[in-house]
Amino acid sequence: MSGRSTRRRIQSAVMTGIVGLLCIAAVAPLLFIFGNLVAKGASSIDWNFFVQNPVPAGQTGGGVAHAIVGTGIIVGLAGLIGLPVGVGAGIYLAEYGGGKLGWIVRFLADVLNGTPSIVIGIFAWTWLVKPVGHFSALAGGAALAVLMVPMLARTTEEMVRLVPNSLREAALALGYPRWRTSLRVMVRTALGGIVTGALVAIARAAGETAPLLFTALGNLNFSTNILQPMQSLSLQIYVYATGPFEEWHRLAWASALVLMGLVLILSVSARWATRQRHGTR
Amino acid sequence: MAPDNALVRLETKRLTALFGRSPAVHEVSVFFPTNTVTAIIGPSGCGKSTFLRCLNRMHELSQGGWVTGSVMLDGDDIYDAGVNPVVIRRQIGMVFQRPTPFPTMSIYENVAAGLRVNGRLPRRDVDAAVEQALRQAALWDEVKDRLEGSAVALSGGQQQRLCIARAVAPKPEVLLLDEPTASLDPAGTQRIEELCHELKQRYTIVIVTHNMQQAARVSDYTAFFYMGKLVEVNRTTAIFTRPKQPQTEAYITGRFG
Repeated sequence: MSGRSTRRRIQSAVMTGIVGLLCIAAVAPLLFIFGNLVAKGASSIDWNFFVQNPVPAGQTGGGVAHAIVGTGIIVGLAGLIGLPVGVGAGIYLAEYGGGKLGWIVRFLADVLNGTPSIVIGIFAWTWLVKPVGHFSALAGGAALAVLMVPMLARTTEEMVRLVPNSLREAALALGYPRWRTSLRVMVRTALGGIVTGALVAIARAAGETAPLLFTALGNLNFSTNILQPMQSLSLQIYVYATGPFEEWHRLAWASALVLMGLVLILSVSARWATRQRHGTR
Repeated sequence: MAPDNALVRLETKRLTALFGRSPAVHEVSVFFPTNTVTAIIGPSGCGKSTFLRCLNRMHELSQGGWVTGSVMLDGDDIYDAGVNPVVIRRQIGMVFQRPTPFPTMSIYENVAAGLRVNGRLPRRDVDAAVEQALRQAALWDEVKDRLEGSAVALSGGQQQRLCIARAVAPKPEVLLLDEPTASLDPAGTQRIEELCHELKQRYTIVIVTHNMQQAARVSDYTAFFYMGKLVEVNRTTAIFTRPKQPQTEAYITGRFG
């Protein structure tokens, strides 16, 4: 065996090893975080944790039912507002966004995507809380929607752009009008990717805290009134973790585990949704 | 060329196709008699595909694509102001170089795709039209038990016949085939060529091909394009046995192209 061949084998082995280590470094934080959450939070989670509301400070027990329901409502509102706008904008960008307006929208979406979420929170406070005079879940949902829209628009655009142009031509040659080509062929073909993008955006919004501090505010009690302040898991974690009581810290860990679990379920369903394709039926 | 008293279904008059300011097809005047197959041959880049895409107003969808001159379908110019290109494309079907089944739709839905654009039809009518189209495309026997199955699970040749079925289901008058066998194996190619003979009973067919043997096998008329110009058009037997233009002769004898 020649020396050059040996050197190449060693180089290859070293590079493979380095890349492998970097992969471990990339996933290690996730495993560490999740392990830590389970270690510190799992013992506090029982049925009551999901169905009961908090008890006054100093007492033990109680749950975060109000925060779980609140997260669901606020994120649901965000989806209701954000999904049509974001996905619609993405379809526009992919299908009709060749001109100057498309360029501007794309640029603004990128800027908005990079805007710190706390800035979006202040913005929502200025426009939706201050004029009304009180905090509300609706304002929180709107703030999260603003956060979701650019993500949704860009992922939707990219997913629709991945659909081969030959499919568009085939539909147009069949006498499909342009809008029908866009919706029935291009968007429908990209639907799996769009659903994944939407679930990722929802998962991301579910974990946001900063935009909610100035909008939904938080609530010690169970509330389903979207025009009133509402608790969310992220706000709950913030309050409990920064509080003075040992019991609160314990509940913060448990809440964090629940939130992480919810986000994980969303991510897994996103994977599952993309797997379900007509083509593999 | 004399049309042998056949009716003229489609005719171009000084048709010029441009991309921005550069013309790709220069002043082509040619006609396509009803129920015949016309092959368009020529070397790569000679404008034959661009020309074909002008015949159902697909060229204008390309970046910077526009035309001058006219294309007469049954005596009416499809480029007249007020003519809706979407309606024209329903009358002039097209099949592309690569099979393009819609991946989210079943075999049945693919064939029915062009039927429903004119509004909802009773299920029975759609069923009948789908079966008829699949039979015309010689695909019915292979897929009749799996109509709800995936269209992309079919072989390349089957997919291309599915695309032909999809194109003929709305009963167009003209069928444009843009190198329909370029991505198929010899067996698939042969089936498509046989289909051309059967389909011309109902439709007027224009087929672009880079394969001269194919042109000789399937067509009644052959048009030779070179550098965006129509060099010669005649009965296929005449083109291949006694071409009038030296360029045509050079091409079909394999001296260039």
